[in-house]
Amino acid sequence: MAGYSYLRPRKSITLTVLLGALIVYSILPLTWMLFSITKTQSELLSSFGLWFSGPFALFENLQQVVTHDDGIFVRWFANTMLYVVVGAGGATILATAAGYGLAKYRFRGRNAVFATILGAIAVPGTALAVPTFLLFSQVGLTNTIWAIILPSLVSPFGLYLMWVFSAEAVPTEILEAARVDGAGEWRTFFTISLRLLAPGIVTVALFAIVATWNNYFLPLIMLNDPNLYPLTLGLYQWLADASGIGAQPVFNLVITGSFLTIVPIVIAFLLLQRYWQSGLSAGGVKA
Amino acid sequence: MPPVPGRRPPSLRVSAAGWSFVTPFLVVFTLMIITPLVYSMYLSLFRNQLMGGTTFAGFANYVTAFSDPKLWDGAGRVGLFLLVQVPIMLSLALIAALAIDSGRLHGKSFFRVALFLPYAVPGVVAVLMWGFMYDDRLGLTASLNDLVGFALVDPYTKKWILTAIGNIVTWEFVGYNMLILYSALKTVPNEIYEAAAIDGANQFRIVRSIKLPAVRGALVIATIFSILGSFQLFNEPNILKEIQPALISSYYTPNIYAYNLTFVGNQVSYAATVAIVMGLITAVLAYVVQLRGTRRDA
Repeated sequence: MAGYSYLRPRKSITLTVLLGALIVYSILPLTWMLFSITKTQSELLSSFGLWFSGPFALFENLQQVVTHDDGIFVRWFANTMLYVVVGAGGATILATAAGYGLAKYRFRGRNAVFATILGAIAVPGTALAVPTFLLFSQVGLTNTIWAIILPSLVSPFGLYLMWVFSAEAVPTEILEAARVDGAGEWRTFFTISLRLLAPGIVTVALFAIVATWNNYFLPLIMLNDPNLYPLTLGLYQWLADASGIGAQPVFNLVITGSFLTIVPIVIAFLLLQRYWQSGLSAGGVKA
Repeated sequence: MPPVPGRRPPSLRVSAAGWSFVTPFLVVFTLMIITPLVYSMYLSLFRNQLMGGTTFAGFANYVTAFSDPKLWDGAGRVGLFLLVQVPIMLSLALIAALAIDSGRLHGKSFFRVALFLPYAVPGVVAVLMWGFMYDDRLGLTASLNDLVGFALVDPYTKKWILTAIGNIVTWEFVGYNMLILYSALKTVPNEIYEAAAIDGANQFRIVRSIKLPAVRGALVIATIFSILGSFQLFNEPNILKEIQPALISSYYTPNIYAYNLTFVGNQVSYAATVAIVMGLITAVLAYVVQLRGTRRDA
């Protein structure tokens, strides 16, 4: 068949359908959610999950979510934004500078630093949670925003990605040329390297944002003031309220709140996909 | 390892610049990872008692841990989870990565994004959605069982609950792993495929001789991350416990056990010991996978 080569093969309908089954599995819960947010509490409990039923209650549900309990959901949303901007933002900055430094500079102790950090990737995060809680409670940091922000600042995996990416994306010759011209190392970093590192930085930032946005275990341990909760812990609280004995069932709140929780992060991923896909490909070179 | 920049020994100025990039990370790293790690080892050498307070106990906690049926019950469960769920998830991810990379799909970028999407969904929300869908009264499980006419699946029973958790974890991470493997496939130069095609290699031969070796390193990394994830299993069972309190015990996984020891039982020293024992097992497993995975190809 002229026009088809190995690099531009004929499309296969069989393969498309087969993999389509996996996609159905992948989007099934999200589809269920899209139908469920339009239902009232009673319809939710009595109708088929994958179609509309009863009055279209989406706007009532949304309104109920943002006004329930004096609008605590809005507060949780703002808290999550704060934790993401400061925590994930800080983690990205630290990982970018350190990954770049390890990839592009030779200095005494470099290998020891690298081995320690790689070893830390293998330390289960939850093994650190209990001792971190005890240390924080001794210095009065539990039940404050810092209990969430400070541990979020470290991303050994982000550093690893940045190290691999910097080694590929920033030619050493450019740094040497800048050095000959008498530019300081940090100035070279800001004026030249940063632009070359952009796809890698977006990738690291996205993974840090997901980790912080989705964080559940750390807030569960550290916080008991609902005013400091992120969305994940707030939703968990609502679920517990809805499931307890003699509880007032608020399943429609839990489901609509869940929907509002995933919308921003899904949009961020879709908008930035060009960046993170190229960032990850470069990471795959050394992986 | 990347090519080492510069051929001459580094000048003092360049060396200092290198440290200035790395130091901020190292400071936070030392405070947030090294310090709790060391503290946890210190804690594990003591004993908390209701009467008499905290006393030095040497390795007594470790001796207790090695014969603690609750710990090994949980460890056995996450071990089983690792042996069953991880191969299923990684096989699905590999098949999807190979299919997308083959270029034979209609709408390839849609597939890539749609499969990856669940990774962006917070674990709490994932468990909430599946948790409702599993429900025999209001969920899709009821619809499915109605359709076939008998109780085909019943997620909220002792027999099914671990499978139900495995399904949620698979759903969350299959796309993430697909992306890691797909990224590795993308690094194979096109010339190699052209050469293989000229030599008359068919699709299966190309997969076996070119693509599978190319994803080997990425597969090792994905396996190590999955081992870490399995042994740390906490979020999914702990949230499901709100919906089905009777099915998830206080020591269902080692992590749930450590959590309850700390916050319910006030036994922080023993909780630290449990965390260290599990951390050691995880590290040894990850190391073995790494060694086997990076061995010269057979």
